[in-house]
Amino acid sequence: MTKTTIPEEEFTYPGSTGCPGCGANLVMRYLLKGLGDRTVLSIPACCWAVMPGYWPSNCLKVPILYTAFEATGAGISGLRAAYDAKGVKDVTVVGFAGDGGTVDIGLQALSGAAERQTDAIYVMYDNEAYMNTGIQRSGATPWGAWTTTTPGGATKNYKHEPKKDIMAIMQAHGIPYAATVSVAHPEDFVKKAQKAKSLKGLRFIHALSPCPPGWRMSPQLTVEVARLAVDTHLFPLYEIDDGRLRITRKGKGTPVKEYLKIQGRFSHLDESQVDSIQKTVDERWAKLLKRESEGA
Amino acid sequence: MTKSYEEIPLTPISDSPSTMNMTGLWRAFRPVVDISRCKKCTLCWKFCPDGAITLVDGVPVIDLKYCKGCGICAQECSAECIVMVPEGAE
Ligand SMILES: Cc1ncc(C[n+]2csc(CCOP(=O)(O)OP(=O)(O)O)c2C)c(N)n1
Ligand code: SF4
Ligand code: SF4
Ligand code: SF4
Ligand SMILES: [Mg+2]
Repeated sequence: MTKTTIPEEEFTYPGSTGCPGCGANLVMRYLLKGLGDRTVLSIPACCWAVMPGYWPSNCLKVPILYTAFEATGAGISGLRAAYDAKGVKDVTVVGFAGDGGTVDIGLQALSGAAERQTDAIYVMYDNEAYMNTGIQRSGATPWGAWTTTTPGGATKNYKHEPKKDIMAIMQAHGIPYAATVSVAHPEDFVKKAQKAKSLKGLRFIHALSPCPPGWRMSPQLTVEVARLAVDTHLFPLYEIDDGRLRITRKGKGTPVKEYLKIQGRFSHLDESQVDSIQKTVDERWAKLLKRESEGA
Repeated sequence: MTKSYEEIPLTPISDSPSTMNMTGLWRAFRPVVDISRCKKCTLCWKFCPDGAITLVDGVPVIDLKYCKGCGICAQECSAECIVMVPEGAE
């Protein structure tokens, strides 16, 4: 046996219909390595509704319940209620949705599940746009990004609004556990999934999920771009366990332009715009360090 | 009113492994591993999004029936011993 740094057992089959280099495939692969086979997923309309494969194929070794786009939060509450009614106790119920299905149309269902303290894990794989329908901007698309509905051109109509802070929204619900994870750091990812599994109540995981066609970059850069997101402090890795924030990876503090410049969706940004993104990232990072040191 | 599952309208169910989908046919570039230089670091296996790599005694074996040719394994390889060659070339 080879020594591997994450569990060697796979809970996914090859033959998924995600694009070459799809980050969301890695998100699912690492998540299930952490959770194991006694897991059931509720997935709404999103890329992952298509990626399991053409009917009748499924690339997962665990069952999936498909729901409508806005209904993941209701789906997991229903699944949990059904398992409770049947007296099944060893199944981890997971909602697995995109950023659009989470921060936009699915937000009220998710908020309801959190308020009801549904015993489930909710994973948002964040490719920062509505990818499945053709790269439309979502509430999770970052400021300045190109998408097909923020196409730039003569009017410079790129995304004008900042990204919604879903981790803050979820923390405001007083949930027991929330964590960010990266496909560039599978060990940290699997550990957080295992920890979430060991807890009760609504646990939330935010995974940055690079998307080569949507981010306008070569597919081989998926892991590299995720690594840069952490190293630039643009997507810090941390967890909030029972209200206490802990940064799990400090990152190198690489200039944010290194992250931006390998993605075509940011290629139109001028120097002052890159500087203003850097300033925002630095401010948010300083705030996070402060929160960690204050234990909040 | 409670209904049994037999009274609920039929719904399509996917119950076959996706190994029936030959996604390797999509590939434009093929990863070629120089096994003699492999350091058995397992990085290529760890980062393959498609689970197309298995480790045999620590060395990667790529299943070309499913490898989509994304190039992540070549990009991440610690020994730089994987190259991507255009499909169809020798
Ligand atoms: C009510 C409703 N509106 C619109 C759609 C069409 N639709 C399907 S997937 C999708 C985008 C999903 O985006 P996101 O949740 O970010 O997941 P991604 O596709 O990016 O993985 C949309 C708009 C739908 N299925 N249902
Ligand atoms: S569009 Fe993006 S998220 Fe969707 S399958 Fe392709 S790479 Fe993955
Ligand atoms: S090219 Fe991509 S799909 Fe093929 S083995 Fe390498 S990482 Fe996996
Ligand atoms: S990444 Fe390179 S060195 Fe490491 S196991 Fe794979 S082929 Fe060998
Ligand atoms: Mg999305």
